[in-house]
Amino acid sequence: MTDAHPGKIRPVTRAPERRRPEPAPTGDGSALFDGYLEPDRPYAGAFDEMFHADGRVRSHYRALHDAIAPTAAADLAVRSEALDRAYVDQGITFSLSGQERPFPLDIVPRVISAAEWSRLQKGIVQRVQALEAFLADIYGDAEIVRDEVLPRRLITSCEHYHRAAHGLNPPNGVRIHVAGIDLVRDEGGTFRVLEDNLRNPSGVSYVMENRRTMARVFPDLFSRQRVRAVGDYSTHLLRALRSAAAANEADPTVVVLTPGVFNSAYFEHSLLARQMGVELVEGRDLFCRDNVVYMRTTEGEQQVDVIYRRIDDEFLDPLQFNPRSVLGVAGVLNAARAGNVVIANAVGNGVGDDKLVYTYVPEMISYYLGEKPLLPNVDTFRCWLDDECAHVLDRLDELVLKPVEGSGGYGILFGPNASRTQLAAARKEIRADPRGWIAQPVVQLSTVPTKVDDRLVPRHVDLRPFAVNDGDGVFVLPGGLTRVALPKGSLVVNSSQGGGSKDTWVLAAQRSPEAERELGQRGLAVASPAGSPAAEHGPELTIGQQQQQQQQQGGDA
Amino acid sequence: MLARNAESLYWIGRYVERADDTARILDVSVHQLLEDATVDADTTARTLLAVLGVEAPQGDPLDAWSLTELVGYSPDQAGSIVASVSSARENARGAREVVSSEMWECLNATWNALPERQRYARWVGPHAFFSYVEDRAAMFSGLAASTMSRDDSWRFYLLGRSVERVDMVVRLLLSRVSDRMSSPGWLTVLRSAGAADTYLRTYRGALDASRVVQFLLMDKLFPRSVFHALRQAETCLVDLDNRPTARIGAKAEALRLLGRARSELEFLRPEELLDDLPAQLMGLQETIRDVGEAVSLQYFHAAPWVAWTAPEVS
Repeated sequence: MTDAHPGKIRPVTRAPERRRPEPAPTGDGSALFDGYLEPDRPYAGAFDEMFHADGRVRSHYRALHDAIAPTAAADLAVRSEALDRAYVDQGITFSLSGQERPFPLDIVPRVISAAEWSRLQKGIVQRVQALEAFLADIYGDAEIVRDEVLPRRLITSCEHYHRAAHGLNPPNGVRIHVAGIDLVRDEGGTFRVLEDNLRNPSGVSYVMENRRTMARVFPDLFSRQRVRAVGDYSTHLLRALRSAAAANEADPTVVVLTPGVFNSAYFEHSLLARQMGVELVEGRDLFCRDNVVYMRTTEGEQQVDVIYRRIDDEFLDPLQFNPRSVLGVAGVLNAARAGNVVIANAVGNGVGDDKLVYTYVPEMISYYLGEKPLLPNVDTFRCWLDDECAHVLDRLDELVLKPVEGSGGYGILFGPNASRTQLAAARKEIRADPRGWIAQPVVQLSTVPTKVDDRLVPRHVDLRPFAVNDGDGVFVLPGGLTRVALPKGSLVVNSSQGGGSKDTWVLAAQRSPEAERELGQRGLAVASPAGSPAAEHGPELTIGQQQQQQQQQGGDA
Repeated sequence: MLARNAESLYWIGRYVERADDTARILDVSVHQLLEDATVDADTTARTLLAVLGVEAPQGDPLDAWSLTELVGYSPDQAGSIVASVSSARENARGAREVVSSEMWECLNATWNALPERQRYARWVGPHAFFSYVEDRAAMFSGLAASTMSRDDSWRFYLLGRSVERVDMVVRLLLSRVSDRMSSPGWLTVLRSAGAADTYLRTYRGALDASRVVQFLLMDKLFPRSVFHALRQAETCLVDLDNRPTARIGAKAEALRLLGRARSELEFLRPEELLDDLPAQLMGLQETIRDVGEAVSLQYFHAAPWVAWTAPEVS
């Protein structure tokens, strides 16, 4: 690329001699970051996570930057290829329109400092607890509606509010066993919640596999700092699922219910089942009799106590929902109602992550917990409120319009990029169904250096941390899935829209390892024994023998 | 068959298994050092060295990289991967007529490619090297299984492999006995034995230190467990003994030792195993050492090389 601004980021400092090379702010002699902070880039307004606006490297990125900057572009390309190959070899792919592709993993990790993470973690825990209380309330006495904090029609008009779930109380009270809270970082660097995923948040397998693959392909990056491990997610998930079972079940049987191999997240389902050591079942492997769920095994029927289902509500039970579903298990909802099986995540959770209900989460937090929300929402205009709708219709060309029921980045309209006809069509749709739409100002998502061709350039990222609730507490996996929008200027990070991912590093706090170690339990033995004898060895020819064997001329030609 | 060839086969089995297991142990240890924030690199590296019977260098604190250099690439370090592969190849070279061509070529090609693989691994990270060694070891044992007749040569090879397997699993466990009961390190222990998937299926994901130890020591079905390897070695020795005349017990020392160790594991109460695990493991290691000596006394008739020169009298 021939740029008008060849890679000087900081304005020329007061260097007296011009002969000596400028101390380049992005690492000495690194061509990788050439032109990274050009003023005319389309990312100028965004918060860059690695660099301050004046080109200095932020402190928590310092070690990473110093490790990457001297790397040659060719080296980076080799490693990047190795990442792709590792994913294809392991079968870590997602299906896009029927084709299996490796999930693009970018070579530059995204770093979150310990202090930042501890704030995020508290905010996520708070949010999950509030939403948990909300779901329990809504499918129970609905006091929040009676107290007129939320309008009743908000709930009843929600497509994912299932009357079938009313009064279906899980044994340990947990409905959100796994939550994925999507966060974005706005222009000021503040993390905001973009949406909540309380049904089947996916992507955690990429969090684990990204880390494993990065450590194998680019281990040098890890050696300079302490990154918190993400590998024990499955342990937490299994604990949560087991403790969700009915209290009288001493050794509950947990299964993972998948739609099947053709599902885009099948890899994740099988990974979780494998790591938890539980069966991965399809709907046809299960059946209900007398309100008890069984799976068919070679040893006969085996009762199932907890179903971690990765299929949507609508397909879960053909008796209650979509009667044409072949993925589900007929009668499973009644079995859950009878208390013989626990469905995780619970049926009807969709009412909590509806994009319109989302706008009321701050109210929920203060209503149920009596706290101030630690993580702010993104400002949202609700088209079903008349005054806000008028504003949206008026300013549509400056806003992002999102369908309330959408996911995967489908149906989103970027006002600034839309044509007149698109805007007109959108206005018509809003008027026809105001409950179906929300609008948000365009948030310039924060950017992180990303490898595109042989350069590192800014690309927009979001973050989906995963929280697991086992009834006693909410565990937040340190890190989460960072998705990155690979096309230039794009703000849509979904993998179905050309998004990739990044390994997400939460740095360990300085003194925590020691504290953790001291608090840790006893090992199997107090200390390792002094040492083992050296390995035995077979007989070897002595030098004398070798020499004599060589000196014999007989066999040589 | 020639005692010398039998000895070579026995040591081929041992060296290949040692290279394989050392690569497995290093693969998980090195990556745990790199990935886990709560691990003190120097202490962990030194514990590992002690358990592998490698003398730790004095001075600089060790990290994942120096550990790999020492136990992985160093040709002079007895017990390193490179040294084990070289020794296996040397033994195969000296016993070409009892080793199938496929096996020899596999070993030789592995050995030839080592420098190239090291260069690559120094560049892209040690996993590339470890997985290469693991792959080639798997290929070698596959070739051995499919090209060797099930005669005495096979039994000596298998005996060596099984004996070494016991030794290495014991060393692996010794390196971890002081870990916390719930440490995620136990999963890496399982991974290094290739047992993670099987274990998780067997115990339905419940990761528990005592169960991991039990699984790796006492499981009857998993081929890398100590018990399984002991039983296999025992079977080999029984089949090798072609004049079974003794009516009481086992007449051969090696068989007696193996049988005793195997039945001790078999009939031990699981909870007693954990009471004094280090002592149990050290005991097993002792047994393996004695077995090695007994086997070589019984079958290999090791004659010391005698120098028929007059000693210099000064």
